[in-house]
Amino acid sequence: MYADPFDYAAAGSWAEAVDLLRQGGEEAKVIAGGQSLIPMMTLRLATPGLLVDVNGADASRIERHDGRIVISAVTRHADLERSPVLATECPMLAEAASLVGNVRVRHRGTIGGTLAHADPAAEIPCAALVLGADITMLGPEGERRVPAAAFFDTYYTTALRTAELVTAVEIPVPPKDAGWSFLELLRRASDFAVVAVGALVTLDEGGRCVEARLAAAGVGERPVDLTEAAQALVGERVEDPAVREAGRLAGAAVEPSAAVHASSGYRRAMLEVFVRRALLQAAERARGAAA
Amino acid sequence: MTRRAVSFELNGLPAEVWVEPHRTLLEVLREDLGATEVKYGCGEGVCGTCTVLLDGESVNACTVLAVQAAGHTLTTVRGLATEGQVHPLQRAFLQHGASQCGFCTPGMLLVAEEFVREHPSASRDDVRRALAGNLCRCTGYTKILDAVQAYVADGDR
Repeated sequence: MYADPFDYAAAGSWAEAVDLLRQGGEEAKVIAGGQSLIPMMTLRLATPGLLVDVNGADASRIERHDGRIVISAVTRHADLERSPVLATECPMLAEAASLVGNVRVRHRGTIGGTLAHADPAAEIPCAALVLGADITMLGPEGERRVPAAAFFDTYYTTALRTAELVTAVEIPVPPKDAGWSFLELLRRASDFAVVAVGALVTLDEGGRCVEARLAAAGVGERPVDLTEAAQALVGERVEDPAVREAGRLAGAAVEPSAAVHASSGYRRAMLEVFVRRALLQAAERARGAAA
Repeated sequence: MTRRAVSFELNGLPAEVWVEPHRTLLEVLREDLGATEVKYGCGEGVCGTCTVLLDGESVNACTVLAVQAAGHTLTTVRGLATEGQVHPLQRAFLQHGASQCGFCTPGMLLVAEEFVREHPSASRDDVRRALAGNLCRCTGYTKILDAVQAYVADGDR
């Protein structure tokens, strides 16, 4: 299998990348890690006429500025996984990154790429949603920022306009006492998740939930915010039967489509299971943070 | 679509190829440079048979364009052995019967060597998880894990 031949240009900066994309018009597509794009092209599912390589447009970078973590779009999943900044400030993102594909995919794949590719079963878009990330984009009309909640539209479709590309991601540092969890169900190694769930839980001194955030991948045409399903936990202890009920509410809130790897009923059932597990694990971490 | 010159280092020696951008590193290594120790398995990046090291990090040669390797350092399984000496991990594979048809072996060796280099006290379970992205149709993985575990225990790098 080989890709339909195309033109190729390497950008030395984001501005140059935008220029190349603009010139290439409809035929132009960004390539960074290529871990989703190249397989699609060799399978002839995608046939862009021009690839604009952005690996040289910026460096891999994860930095904390005030209360936010700023990550350049070409940061590799492996760098997120190993980042000392994320280990202390936002371990959920490091965990989500560690679950992407396999080690070789993580050495090349980038955060900008997986966000722009917007596979509804991908881990990092789901983590970005639950973490309340903002996505920075550059285009011919300049720079703009969109919250993750408004960035993902449907399968492989985002708020990116023609000749626009993701240049950075900013994540508000979760509160130090917030417990987190990121879990996924895989049928095979290296696969996309059947379902993945990210949860953030904050408890008061009495061990009752003060705040809970929840999002899931693999249960819709984009990552789904399920915070509403977790609202019944606020004011309560994070344990059964309340978490089981949160799982049930989450399942009722989604319309998963059937796909090769799992039927919609199975996805819904597994979402209930993983919401429960994620909430319990996040609460346990919150208790650990308090201790 | 136009061919361009792409130079990189391959197993310590300079290499130059003249390639079109759509050709993957896997194809160019095998067809243009005769590096057939790099195998074609799935072509999608999930099976691990085409593993090579790019600047010392394991990657899928089938999901890197040859043009993207320009100016970088590439190592195939041939680069594991030094001065005609079999690498201790290769010796462990031989001793434990960890190779049957041999097709997955180059990828297994490169990923396992990298992992143990980064995690010298890895447990069998750690190694099993690390090799999750390398598929083997013959061995059932047990002897591969035995070999890597022995390599870890031996400490001979």
